[in-house]
Amino acid sequence: MSDFWKRFSRNRGAVIGIVILAVVVLVAILAPMLFPQSPWRMVQRPFLPPLSMNQYLLGTDALGRDVLTGLAYGAQVSLLVGIVSTVAALLVGIPIGALAGYFGGAADDVLMRFTEFFQTVPSFALAIVLVAIFEPNIQSIIAAIAVVSWPPVARLVRGEVLSLRSREYIEAAILSGQTSAAIIWRQVLPNTLSPIIVLASLMVATAILLESSLSFLGLGDPNMMSWGYMIGAARTVIRQAWWLSFFPGVAILLTVLALNLIGEGLNDALNPRLARRGK
Amino acid sequence: MLRFILMRLVKAAIILIAILTLNFFLIHAAPGDPAAVLAGEAGAADAQFIEQLRERFGLDKPLLTQLGIYLGGVLQLDLGYSYRQQMPVADLIFARLPATLLLTLTAFVIALVLGTLAGVLASARVGKWSDTVISTLALLFYATPLFWVALMAVLVFSVFLNWLPGFGYETVGANYTGFRRALDIAQHLILPATTLGLFFMAVYMRMTRASMLEVSQLDFVKTARAKGLKPGIIQRRHIFRNAMLPVVTLAGLQAGQLVGGAVLTETVFAWPGIGRLMFEALAQRDYNLLLGIFFVSAAMVLLFNLITDILYRVVDPRIRVAS
Repeated sequence: MSDFWKRFSRNRGAVIGIVILAVVVLVAILAPMLFPQSPWRMVQRPFLPPLSMNQYLLGTDALGRDVLTGLAYGAQVSLLVGIVSTVAALLVGIPIGALAGYFGGAADDVLMRFTEFFQTVPSFALAIVLVAIFEPNIQSIIAAIAVVSWPPVARLVRGEVLSLRSREYIEAAILSGQTSAAIIWRQVLPNTLSPIIVLASLMVATAILLESSLSFLGLGDPNMMSWGYMIGAARTVIRQAWWLSFFPGVAILLTVLALNLIGEGLNDALNPRLARRGK
Repeated sequence: MLRFILMRLVKAAIILIAILTLNFFLIHAAPGDPAAVLAGEAGAADAQFIEQLRERFGLDKPLLTQLGIYLGGVLQLDLGYSYRQQMPVADLIFARLPATLLLTLTAFVIALVLGTLAGVLASARVGKWSDTVISTLALLFYATPLFWVALMAVLVFSVFLNWLPGFGYETVGANYTGFRRALDIAQHLILPATTLGLFFMAVYMRMTRASMLEVSQLDFVKTARAKGLKPGIIQRRHIFRNAMLPVVTLAGLQAGQLVGGAVLTETVFAWPGIGRLMFEALAQRDYNLLLGIFFVSAAMVLLFNLITDILYRVVDPRIRVAS
């Protein structure tokens, strides 16, 4: 563990990423305490520019709602959607990849054609269609993002399992009479964990970008304040009020950047062999 | 080669049929009456129209028969009727398709050319400040939401600096013709195409840089160096050509995202393509139009993929020989 941390912290970007993400997580958790007002409530006159009132540091939007409060509550939605949809995508992708890689043959063919189909379909367009048809709410958004983001997981796991499958210790496990399920679960999957963790951290970043893009188009959960929604609502008044779209965008950028940096750091720390290749 | 293209076309056809089947089941999975879904927002269509739809799509027949009717219609390029826009869906889409093709192809070329150039530059100066600057920029572009960078571009280059138009396809009411019109469209194209290309530029840059560095470690490059070839020649003929292979593969896989990104870019810039049409369909809950656009954009992605696959064979003689 200390070895892991040493390798991780050698990547300066990754440490910066951890710090940024920690701030975002803290803000998301503390939002109800820091900003007891609902982010939907009108608190001041509309279009109050930033830094003009200490109480509303980043100004107010077209309906007089506090931008800073919106940002804090938006962090909750971004992190929630990012994490839950990634977990859901892993729950779909890992079994499909593991089964395809372990059993090979016809099972591999069928599962990989299925995966290829989802990889070919334009993912953002599919996500839009899914959320629109099943009505925009937090569940449909998470489900749609999971549906479009599991294929890379399946492919990664399949590749890893394929290369582990021919190792001697797996053959020994088969000879010792263990069931396939036990071998996949206890012998194969634990050894594929590092690349999955790296991929997952990058997937959370992509999911946050996807969520913000969906809410920007008006496909966000109508009961939850999100960064994408704030920018989408400010789009038509950009000439009068730049700050309404500027600050939420910076929030998305920093969060996604932090996750990407962490992903690279994890890659350095968990796959030292692979990491050296690209450097 | 011909056999390869034929095989790929068959595969593409199967995928398209699968997408149509998915569309069909989505219409039925949507909350409410499928006829109402086909007609657009519930309540927008009158009872007589709904009845017509029910008859045409055989909505009282078994599900599989309905699927047959639906697929048969699409084969005749009939994607249904948009009640909201009072026009056949196929006509709406094909009228908007050229604008989207212009936008995505320009963005693709910008991203590929600038991305690989920056990647080559960075790989040649690993660890120096120019590498750091390029890599940091790529990292930032990679994390920036597409719609936000588009809005900021409008703000800076159109509102504050007033250098470029930030809205539309051409100057409304100017009635330019010929070369003057092409120039006008090109001016309108710069901001949307560049902002759409930015994310992909970052992807290609990172890939090119990593790939160049990897290839430069290989034995044949060492041999070339040992022979005393000039570094510039090694860089161009030996490393670059081999390093481009994974970049071409990636570019093909990314085509789908480019089409998806067009929805956001076209919405911000009021670019009259199918992305903007999708946004309009969303706002009006015009599901039939939405599914039609989804289908056509998937077909576009398949076409992009086919082109890159053919390109790949042209670029890499090893595959040509093997097949």
